[in-house]
Amino acid sequence: MSLLTLGPVLFNWAPERLRDFYFRIADEAEVDTVCVGEVVCSKRTPFFAPFLPEVIDRLAAAGKEVVLSSLALIMTERELEQARDLAQAEGWLIEANDMSVAAMLAGRPFAVGPLVNVYNEGTLGYLEGLGATRVALPAELTAEVIGIIAGAATAEIEVQAFGRLPLAVSARCYAARARNLSKDGCQYVCADDPDGMTVDTLDHEAFLAVNGTQTMSWHYMNLAADLARLEGLGVRRFRLWPQNVDMVAVAQVFRAVSAGAMEPAAADARLAALCPDAEFANGYLHGREGHLFVDD
Amino acid sequence: MTEAARPELVCPAGTPAALKSAVDAGADCVYVGFRDETNARNFPGLNFNRKELAGGIAYAHANGAKLLVAINTFPRAGRPELWHRAVDDAAELGADALILADVGLLDYAARRHPEARLHLSVQAAASNPAAIAFYAERFGVKRVVLPRVLTVQEIAALNRRIRPVETEVFVFGGLCVMAEGRCSLSSYVTGQSPNVNGVCSPAAHVRYVESPEGIASQLGGFTINRFGRNEPAGYPTLCKGRFIAGGKASYLFEEPTSLNTLNILPELIAAGVTAFKIEGRQRGRAYVAAVVRAFRQGVDAVLAGRGVPDIDLDAITEGGRQTTGAYERAWR
Repeated sequence: MSLLTLGPVLFNWAPERLRDFYFRIADEAEVDTVCVGEVVCSKRTPFFAPFLPEVIDRLAAAGKEVVLSSLALIMTERELEQARDLAQAEGWLIEANDMSVAAMLAGRPFAVGPLVNVYNEGTLGYLEGLGATRVALPAELTAEVIGIIAGAATAEIEVQAFGRLPLAVSARCYAARARNLSKDGCQYVCADDPDGMTVDTLDHEAFLAVNGTQTMSWHYMNLAADLARLEGLGVRRFRLWPQNVDMVAVAQVFRAVSAGAMEPAAADARLAALCPDAEFANGYLHGREGHLFVDD
Repeated sequence: MTEAARPELVCPAGTPAALKSAVDAGADCVYVGFRDETNARNFPGLNFNRKELAGGIAYAHANGAKLLVAINTFPRAGRPELWHRAVDDAAELGADALILADVGLLDYAARRHPEARLHLSVQAAASNPAAIAFYAERFGVKRVVLPRVLTVQEIAALNRRIRPVETEVFVFGGLCVMAEGRCSLSSYVTGQSPNVNGVCSPAAHVRYVESPEGIASQLGGFTINRFGRNEPAGYPTLCKGRFIAGGKASYLFEEPTSLNTLNILPELIAAGVTAFKIEGRQRGRAYVAAVVRAFRQGVDAVLAGRGVPDIDLDAITEGGRQTTGAYERAWR
């Protein structure tokens, strides 16, 4: 049976709501690891900071492994200072989402997040040499590539298995731009889109989702039917991205499939019921367009 | 402020003819790629074989210019040989620098070819001093091509922090609005990405669909933009399309536009940038020659204290529109 990681919440949820989300995860969710920390926009960081210690304590007391995730795009001196403070945190596994943070963590065990480019065994081996003990792979890899990387790994290999895929990061904020605001004067409007802002084509076809400076897939990744195959390739962990749905129930589905207690078809049906507004995709795994769902 | 050195003009060439045009128009350096998926402009009919590279190096050197080779995609797992051979051949043929993005490939190049000069590709998106120090200390990277996310002020501050590592910035051409090398939008829609295949929004996945109202430009079956019957239909580059968000249709990510920094060259020079890069290995020799001449004239005029010359590049910018992109804070 593989392990489940709840990825960091990528959206700008109100601090109290985020705290209560994590409390419920601590109390009820069948996940092994929970990542916390702001990954997308440093302007959001101060709001949740006062709640973070009690959330970490609660998760740890519930027996969850807590991982502290870093910012993905680090540009300013202040962001770099925050990353340095994070890298000095004792007693927790840190997830580097930018190469600069991996560099800061060199020489001690650390995790590599899916926003760091690990496309092959050469880069994997180098990061393992620095101390990486866990590596979450980028979204656009095929099952064949995942298998080659997992086969060469000493680190635990993690694959993104549920939720909107982080596809791009930018210096520009599209949540602000969509409302004719600049990033500096953003009024934190990304908080209006707790599951991302839907981006349609001019044909009114759902296309992408915007989460501030981050662009995500509109489709939810769903690899429930592929867990066994990926486990067979040496994947040790699956990442569930928190969405604006019942994540405790979602985690239960993935746990049950991984334990062999639920058939993939039943899992897909259950996930569809839990995420009534979502469409699922698994195309990358099959070497196809990321938005497709391939039945095999 | 430190005294500004003379920045190098780093110019694109997708063919030997474009290379000659760039050198003849005043390029200090020309950058090229091999004719395969090891480089981020892997387009049909473009790029250099080994013999052409040797000829290009000879021509550049005979005319006082340098030749840089971009091997800046991320090697495919299980078959790194194609990328290793590209590094070996470029180094052995006497390229003046290799432009790399992948950590594993940088490690290979640094171990096998310790004498080779390594530049960090924009595809590595090293956006802060700590990331740059990592590549400089671990692999001996001498120059970093900065991702298009930083303002001129931030670049100036960065340069003060990372010396003697040099920076190279884009001054003209196509404009990524996402942090380079950290964008999978193209593969989400087409299955092909810059990082893996060396292509973004590839032409094989483009369709123009006509209707009585006009033309829809599509990528991977998704409508990226629409044009009236009398409008020219632009190429559907994914992040330069029109989309609907919050009930409003707009160029949500970026307008169809080209980066043009001619007017801020004095600020970029004062920021301590070592090299100015022109995008466009996929462009023809006439385009390359026109842009290189304009920037040669611009850089030389600014350094001579004559100010920025008035050069009209409208004819060769995308949709006739220009931007200074992330270099100005308001862009964000």
